[in-house]
Amino acid sequence: MVWNEKFECMDSEEKKKLQLRRLQETVKKTYDNVPFYKKKFDDIGIKPKDIKSLEDIDKIPFTTKTDLQDAYPFGMFAVPEEEIIEIHTTSGTTSKPTVSGYTEKDIEIWAEVSARAVVMALGTKRDRIQNCYGYGLFTGGFGIHYGCHKLGATVVPISAGNTKRQIEVMQDFQSTILTCTPSYALYLAEVLEKEGLNPEEISLKSGILGAEMWTEEMRDELEKRLGIVALNIYGLTEIIGPGVAQECQEKVGLHISDDHFYPEIIDSKTMQPLEDGEKGELVLTTLTREGMPIIRFRTKDITSLTHETCDCGRTLARMSRITGRSDDMLKVRGVIVFPSQIERALLKIDGLTPNYQIVVTRPKNLDELEVKVETSKELFSDEMRKMEAIEDNISTIIQKEIGLRVNVTLVEPKSLPRSEGKAVRVIDERNFE
Amino acid sequence: MKNKQISIFIENKEGKLKKAIEVLSKEKINIRALSIADTTKFGILRLIVSDNEKAKNILEKNNFVVKENEVIVVEVPDKPDGLNTILGYLDDKNINVEYIYAFVSKKTNEAIVVMRLEDIDNGIKVLKENNANILTPEDIKEY
Ligand SMILES: [Zn+2]
Repeated sequence: MVWNEKFECMDSEEKKKLQLRRLQETVKKTYDNVPFYKKKFDDIGIKPKDIKSLEDIDKIPFTTKTDLQDAYPFGMFAVPEEEIIEIHTTSGTTSKPTVSGYTEKDIEIWAEVSARAVVMALGTKRDRIQNCYGYGLFTGGFGIHYGCHKLGATVVPISAGNTKRQIEVMQDFQSTILTCTPSYALYLAEVLEKEGLNPEEISLKSGILGAEMWTEEMRDELEKRLGIVALNIYGLTEIIGPGVAQECQEKVGLHISDDHFYPEIIDSKTMQPLEDGEKGELVLTTLTREGMPIIRFRTKDITSLTHETCDCGRTLARMSRITGRSDDMLKVRGVIVFPSQIERALLKIDGLTPNYQIVVTRPKNLDELEVKVETSKELFSDEMRKMEAIEDNISTIIQKEIGLRVNVTLVEPKSLPRSEGKAVRVIDERNFE
Repeated sequence: MKNKQISIFIENKEGKLKKAIEVLSKEKINIRALSIADTTKFGILRLIVSDNEKAKNILEKNNFVVKENEVIVVEVPDKPDGLNTILGYLDDKNINVEYIYAFVSKKTNEAIVVMRLEDIDNGIKVLKENNANILTPEDIKEY
């Protein structure tokens, strides 16, 4: 089933025309209404009318996360404030978060692309979607929520956490589709097994899983243990939220709703565009958004594109599973962690130097975060009790900063590699290939 | 009556403990008593050595974290309940023992324990009142 055949299966020439028209409108809209974009265009001496073909997009400068943070809170809005009906932010804790403002039409677009996503994940009017993404300032659950309404499916807005209740609801309401992070899905599987429940005893048929990187092995594991088709969802608040792209059951990449979001892949070092099939950084341009149109946003996510028609019949561009980040931002259990956050936490502790190393591993398909810090004369005690308390204390302070439990390991002074240019702060031993 | 002990942070990596001991023996520092407390992640090496200053300097030069603490060294009567009796004296006065470790004297049959107390002065007082044989740094040299 395809939710919106007209757009999801559109002929590629017709699609390109539509994209160009929408790109031109977006460029004009931002130039006229967002001083940030006007200045960017003026600085390099281009005008909206210079965008004559889709290829001309590479004349336009990129928008970075920093640009959006600098515009905090409402500097990127392209409409008068009375037209904004909803606001979401990223969870950015290192600096100001990024704010996204939605007009009524933007919410409608979000509902539309999310409805497509739910249908790609086997959703119909008759399904009950247990939506375990968070409901709050972070976009998490809302896209799916609106998408279910649009589709006419039943959304169960249970939000994140409270696993016991999740399982009760899953059984009592006979939820058929689960939306959460892959690691939470795995945790649910473990709990279900512990309670002696077989996949046959629950009604789940598919999972819309995202907000963190995961592997094919994890997919196999989840499909086997939960008896579901486990499908990948992708999105980001800066663009609209989850729902920008979604896998169909062919599992050959995520369909980007490219009538609304124009994808490019660039080499993150040279900034040059890359061909289909080449791996690089995903860059997205919103084509229809009103409240906060964004041009050439550097997502930092590493993937590749294909424009071949999928066996499901959709002609939407497809992106491969994300295999990494082009900067050192980490996603651990779906939570974004910057090394600088850990540094900041460590600096709050007397006697600690900000020499640290973050080791991310994934034993048993669950992310583990280990932080190695150097001990010092001030910290060290001959009493084990005190040393363990110190480790706990460091762990608690980091947890407050990043919202994740970490495993702190004290190491000898000067034993961690010192900066030679850029220090190797992060060792990511997870394998997403 | 107090003795000085040095403690060394030992990372849980092969060869780290050996390295600390090696550094000391190269400087001809004698180890009179030794104990290791460890978790899966790190260890604490506690030593009573012939020359604390020298030991500290050379260890620190080799990037070890070293700390000096005061401990009590007590002879334990060679009886089945010898240690229990000594600990009983402290317990009666609510003096917390952080940890103890033992070593054997070459000179006598008595076992000797090193005690780290929360309140060392009070501990000495209590042990003295009960006629326990507290050893001085001079005493230990001969063991
Ligand atoms: Zn498809």
